[in-house]
Amino acid sequence: MNVVLVLCVGGLGVAALLLLVRISLGPTMLDRVVALDVLVAVIICGLALEAAVHRHTTTLPVLVVLSLLGFVASVSIARFSPGSDDVEAEGS
Amino acid sequence: MSADTVAGVADVIAACCLVVGCLLSLIAAIGIVRFPDVLTRMHSATKPQVLGLLLVLLGLGFRLRDASTIGLLALVALFQLVTTPIGSHMVGRASFRGGQVRHDLLVVDELTDVLSREQAHAVQSNDQQGSD
Repeated sequence: MNVVLVLCVGGLGVAALLLLVRISLGPTMLDRVVALDVLVAVIICGLALEAAVHRHTTTLPVLVVLSLLGFVASVSIARFSPGSDDVEAEGS
Repeated sequence: MSADTVAGVADVIAACCLVVGCLLSLIAAIGIVRFPDVLTRMHSATKPQVLGLLLVLLGLGFRLRDASTIGLLALVALFQLVTTPIGSHMVGRASFRGGQVRHDLLVVDELTDVLSREQAHAVQSNDQQGSD
């Protein structure tokens, strides 16, 4: 189980660091949204991994909340990004 | 087969699913850093969001082996499968209409023609309303 743990935590950690690099570099807001969405998925994977290692179910409701949170974030930012025409079309 | 061997086999399957899911997340993160524009990055973003997460949840289910837990995990997977396409669609639409797509990288581009026709139509109907 130790080898599995090292592989999984190493993979997820490096993935989260690379996503943070993309979030800070940009260049557009939508790039950051995509990377943020994946970062939420990586956090869900990390919580599930922790629950699998320690065999407890306390973090499972957090997984449900996080799976909806990423969706709300990406949709709201995409809708109000400049030039997407959604806000203007509703006003007319 | 005794209960111990069944538990051992389930744990091995769980470990395999967890490792593959986590490595998929790593591959997708490398893709998100290296790909050139929003659409290609979205292609790479889909892997941990759907397949990676499903594999990790499957591994957790094999590890915990409890009916109510598996129900909750299925709920997480269902939410993710329903919400990811909608969010990706809105991000792709906003990036294309906002002019943030690199057109030199596209192989087929049918949306630009449709959008320009739509805009011409909107200008025409606005003119008619003005003259009435």
